[in-house]
Amino acid sequence: MIPSLPRGSLERVTIAGYVAAFFVFLFLPLAVVAVFAFNDANYPAPPWRGVTLDWFVGAASRGRVGLFADRALLSSIWTSVVVAGWVTVLAVAAGTANAFLLERASFRGKAALSLAMLVPLVIPGVILGISILAFASRLARLADDYLGLELEFLRPGLPLVVAGQFSFIVSIATLTIAARLKRFDMALEEAALNLGATRAAVLWTVTLPYLKPALIGAAAIAFLMSFENFNTTLMLVGSDPPLTIMMYGRMREGATPVLNAVSLFLMVASALLALVLLRRPTAGPRPT
Amino acid sequence: MAAALMPAADAIVGPRRRLALLLLLAPALLWLFGLIVLPHVELAILSLRARVAPRVFEWSFAQYLTFFEEPLYWRTFVRTAVMSIAATLATFAIAFPAAWYIAKVAKGRAHSLLFVLCLIPFWVSETVRTLGWMILLRESGVLPRLLVDLGLTATPVELLYHDATILVGLVYTSMLFMVVPLVNALETLDDSLIEAAYDLGGNGWSILREIVIPHAMPGITAGAIVVFMLTLGNYLTPTLLGGKNSLWFTELIYTQFITRFNWEQGAAFGFLLLGLSTAIVWCGLGLSGQRFADVMRRS
Repeated sequence: MIPSLPRGSLERVTIAGYVAAFFVFLFLPLAVVAVFAFNDANYPAPPWRGVTLDWFVGAASRGRVGLFADRALLSSIWTSVVVAGWVTVLAVAAGTANAFLLERASFRGKAALSLAMLVPLVIPGVILGISILAFASRLARLADDYLGLELEFLRPGLPLVVAGQFSFIVSIATLTIAARLKRFDMALEEAALNLGATRAAVLWTVTLPYLKPALIGAAAIAFLMSFENFNTTLMLVGSDPPLTIMMYGRMREGATPVLNAVSLFLMVASALLALVLLRRPTAGPRPT
Repeated sequence: MAAALMPAADAIVGPRRRLALLLLLAPALLWLFGLIVLPHVELAILSLRARVAPRVFEWSFAQYLTFFEEPLYWRTFVRTAVMSIAATLATFAIAFPAAWYIAKVAKGRAHSLLFVLCLIPFWVSETVRTLGWMILLRESGVLPRLLVDLGLTATPVELLYHDATILVGLVYTSMLFMVVPLVNALETLDDSLIEAAYDLGGNGWSILREIVIPHAMPGITAGAIVVFMLTLGNYLTPTLLGGKNSLWFTELIYTQFITRFNWEQGAAFGFLLLGLSTAIVWCGLGLSGQRFADVMRRS
């Protein structure tokens, strides 16, 4: 079972074989997606017909629309980036406020509030989506009936997608930032205050730099979760679909390997993001 | 204790301190009421009303009755629940030996490398992972072709659009949420306990049942709850990997809400799904005697 116990060679081989099979299972789907981005055929399927870059650089005039010529796909990537940008900024800002609220303030009902902040994580994404859709539509109707206002942002579209994704991603940002704020040594703030710093200066030069790794981590998680979100987005999306929705639509129709090309592009992008984050997990000053 | 920890806050007294608290509370309250509580109240109202004339509604249980009277609806509901439980069990069974290896057998660099390797596939979106399975399993895909080349089947078989395919996709997509809590739980198990049990005559099976599983129980529950919840609420995997007549309950919600524009029925379905999801989470916590907050922090 563990290395310090006597084990037969059969047991060792079985376990090693199992773990190898497990990792093949994990990586096989990603590997085929990447490989078939380069297959010289009109569908991502065997047999192998040789290597081509058509699905990246192909143009409509040559019969194969590659990723960099596919206007709809490129604009859906941009939509995803814009949505994820908004969600990240809002979630990190609200998450920081929540973290200070939970770790520094004392008020009645704090325990209940801190529990309530976790609830969005156990609501299925589809239900978050439809409930926000229904509520926004009621608000829009009320605004129309009583104020005569046509509030376009309450109709399905990107503002609602941002709201829907924010509603649960902020829970994760709060957990991440609060966990680090909890370990903060208050003596550092006291020392700065004793030395004559203002509260704002203390926040800006002592507390926030200390929180920086958690803020960066929360931002990365928020961006990634928003970029990959499907369930909530599906219910709230309007006429300009983010990438996941666009890919889903095309996958149902049986798409060309241009989807493999965009997937490979995403894999490389998230691998880069992971590398950047893993290289600087301890960035920022630490308490001693 | 709170006062002693907060000299800075004490320095500001009276109204300014209250104002600071209110400013900090504002985003949290806006978020929880504006995006969670009120939308769910709206959903509850929708699910409990029936249209009697244009823009005239009255209270009614009609939507919930429809659910029980229409076999397609409640069968899909039961099917979704059963398959989610099956997916959770399968994920656990597949993840446990791997988590054991990562936590207990692999040491040093190999340990951290394998752990990171487990995380990597989940940095890529579920859409991409599902695309991979479609390329692998569809009739013209990689595995059917391989089976023909190996002489196992005469013609390519369609591996997509079966219930088993949905299970494979769901297990794959949930793997991370099981492996991470399992590895964390197993890492804290002291090897000397296992050695002692072995010296006292325990064999692999009895050590697993009496020492390892009880110790890892918090991790197992955390993983199982999260996996079940995500599986139940999944939309992408069942719709893309499943066939035309293998419905998932989230698909029914989508159809009612978006395609048929029958929000009342969709809202009722939403609440049924939410109820099932909450009930299972509750039972899971109750069975293992854990607090909700701890489980969420662990995962």
